[in-house]
Amino acid sequence: MAALLRVEELSVGFDTEDGFADVVDHVSFDLEAGETLGLVGESGCGKSVTALSIMGLLPKPAGRIHGGDILFKDESLPRIPPDRMRAIRGNRIAMIFQEPMTALNPVQRVGHQLAETFSLHEPGLSTETVTRRSLGLLEQVGIPAPEQRLLEYPHQLSGGMRQRVMIAMALASGPDILIADEPTTALDVTIQAQILELLRDLQRDTGMAIIFITHDLGVIAELCSRVVVMYAGRIAEQAPIGPLFTHPLHPYTRGLLASIPRLDDEPKTLLTTIPGSVPGIEELPSGCRFVNRCPFAVERCHGQAPVIDAPAPGRKVACHRWREVNAGDAEARST
Amino acid sequence: MKANPDAPLLQVRGLTKHFPVRGGIFLRTIGQVHAVDDVSFDLDTGETIGLVGESGCGKSTVGKTLLRLYDPTAGTVFFDGRDIASMSRIELRRLRRDIQIILQDPFESLNSRHTVGKILEEPFIIHGLGTPAERRRRVDELLERVGLDAGAANRFPHEFSGGQRQRIGIARAIALEPRLIVCDEAVSALDVSIQSQIINLLLELQREMHLALIFIAHDLAVVKHVSDRIAVMYLGEVVETADATDIYESPRHPYTQALISAIPVPDPTAPRDRIVLVGDVPSPIDPPQGCRFHTRCRHARDDCRRSKPALTASSDRATVACHHWRNLK
Ligand SMILES: Nc1ncnc2c1ncn2[C@@H]1O[C@H](COP(=O)(O)OP(=O)(O)OP(=O)(O)O)[C@@H](O)[C@H]1O
Ligand SMILES: Nc1ncnc2c1ncn2[C@@H]1O[C@H](COP(=O)(O)OP(=O)(O)OP(=O)(O)O)[C@@H](O)[C@H]1O
Ligand code: SF4
Ligand SMILES: [Mg+2]
Ligand SMILES: [Mg+2]
Repeated sequence: MAALLRVEELSVGFDTEDGFADVVDHVSFDLEAGETLGLVGESGCGKSVTALSIMGLLPKPAGRIHGGDILFKDESLPRIPPDRMRAIRGNRIAMIFQEPMTALNPVQRVGHQLAETFSLHEPGLSTETVTRRSLGLLEQVGIPAPEQRLLEYPHQLSGGMRQRVMIAMALASGPDILIADEPTTALDVTIQAQILELLRDLQRDTGMAIIFITHDLGVIAELCSRVVVMYAGRIAEQAPIGPLFTHPLHPYTRGLLASIPRLDDEPKTLLTTIPGSVPGIEELPSGCRFVNRCPFAVERCHGQAPVIDAPAPGRKVACHRWREVNAGDAEARST
Repeated sequence: MKANPDAPLLQVRGLTKHFPVRGGIFLRTIGQVHAVDDVSFDLDTGETIGLVGESGCGKSTVGKTLLRLYDPTAGTVFFDGRDIASMSRIELRRLRRDIQIILQDPFESLNSRHTVGKILEEPFIIHGLGTPAERRRRVDELLERVGLDAGAANRFPHEFSGGQRQRIGIARAIALEPRLIVCDEAVSALDVSIQSQIINLLLELQREMHLALIFIAHDLAVVKHVSDRIAVMYLGEVVETADATDIYESPRHPYTQALISAIPVPDPTAPRDRIVLVGDVPSPIDPPQGCRFHTRCRHARDDCRRSKPALTASSDRATVACHHWRNLK
């Protein structure tokens, strides 16, 4: 079966004062209908740029897809005319953001904004139908007293409630794909738990696929069935959720998982760390981009970018030494 | 002179901070934000207390009131046995050396027009300490201690990454050898791989300098990792205190139970028996009568709506404010 969405060797860059900056480099992954794919990585590694490329929302004219393709049901999104893209964006692929306030109009009532979304997808709906559907959506996303909310302005809602309104608007057209870019990062854990549960329920009921972007591996573990790990604009590793956590293959993923404080740690003990920091765009190493922080790096890692290997079905890793790195691990386990 | 040699380094009693809410055309006070209500705790030298709770529950206000950035509405704070409300100007100057704060965005708190060297020298100049040569040597030592090379002194904050800027913020906070540091979301904006480096630095400095820390963060796993004890706040009040390990293993207050069960665990096989809290936190301008948590508590009964539970000992090292904690679970 063909994937619902295929990102193939996607490369994206920006025109900046210092010239053209490549920020996403040969990124490939598939999204199957109905699954939740996690996209994880440090700040600036290209998660949002990848999402915006899919949505056709890269800031113009600075941002540019200069290589690869994005196929949605076999249609090449970067190549279709703008109004076709607008129709897909409104109806088939929707996106929610970290800060709902940036996507909501502060001077319009919630009801009006929902109604606009509906009329965009299905012009000519009667007012009663729009109101009924709006109420239904607000109820579906768990907003109490929905009649009252329709009359309120975004600033009158709490952060969690605003995110629910955003989700309601994204769901208005019954999309095939929902891209969620850190939708819970600004929320308290208790409210985050509500939103994650909501997304899980909605997915079960509607069968839409979700791309969930976050830097929180806890959230990934809760929600996703597969994970793409990005580092400095490239994919480091891709794996089903279970194996990623039990047998991470890439040195970066291994370091990341080892450095998270966990609830069953002994308090006040030193954490494992990944030394150094992510290289800036202007100082990207020519070989593997993790080379300056990697405990396994050898000569080859400096000179040559690793190719992507497929060690097992559904798994990919971009590291010259993943076999040696993990062979040591297997030895340690058997002794 | 210390009033009582056995007293803890910091003793907070009944700390209360209300902010007036103004409205109408004459901007008269029409209500009070109950930011912090009747908060008490002790903190010893070398010890860390973690403050957790939802956004707006009063964590930062506790920190700022301790630093005397706000005057408390009621209650007392004893530092080293002395009431900070009745300190003389000279004593207050000393207090400003002894208590430091590290914030989430070090960039905001660092003067971007000054070199890092100048930023780190400033505390010594303000307090009239050392000759220029001595101060420069101290700056070099500080940079080295927080893991930056000496060349950093000649560069500007914007030339550094978020993690490095937080190192600069820490260097400045420890410059005058304080005894207490309030870390208010100090590692919250950092990536996981950088966050663990900064946490380790704080843990090492605490050990070397016998620092007391008040650690505020919304990541509960991080707070647990760095704290000896934890105080859970809800709508301005402390609802539970206990040793860090204890509170995560056997939370007693229904709010703490819900909070801890909501933490996403980075293990896909972990069991998820989550207590999902319904609704949002009520307004701190008009907090609920009785137990402030009763509007969201699944165990609430009539007495919870009527009378306020006092914070009482649940063991010799823990306290809880709930009428029914003995009968839960
Ligand atoms: N409009 C722009 N012009 C120039 N560079 C940009 C622009 N938008 C993003 N970038 C750069 O592209 C890179 C990837 O950014 P992106 O926003 O995708 O990161 P991210 O992984 O989403 O990070 P975060 O976790 O912080 O959201 C970064 O280095 C960023 O500075
Ligand atoms: N200077 C101020 N004037 C008026 N109200 C304030 C002021 N500072 C804080 N508040 C209010 O006091 C309450 C407690 O705020 P505080 O910043 O202490 O919460 P917090 O627990 O630190 O939250 P967060 O996790 O979002 O940082 C909030 O309702 C807040 O709006
Ligand atoms: S390719 Fe080399 S530097 Fe990169 S992660 Fe693998 S071992 Fe480390
Ligand atoms: Mg982003
Ligand atoms: Mg705060």
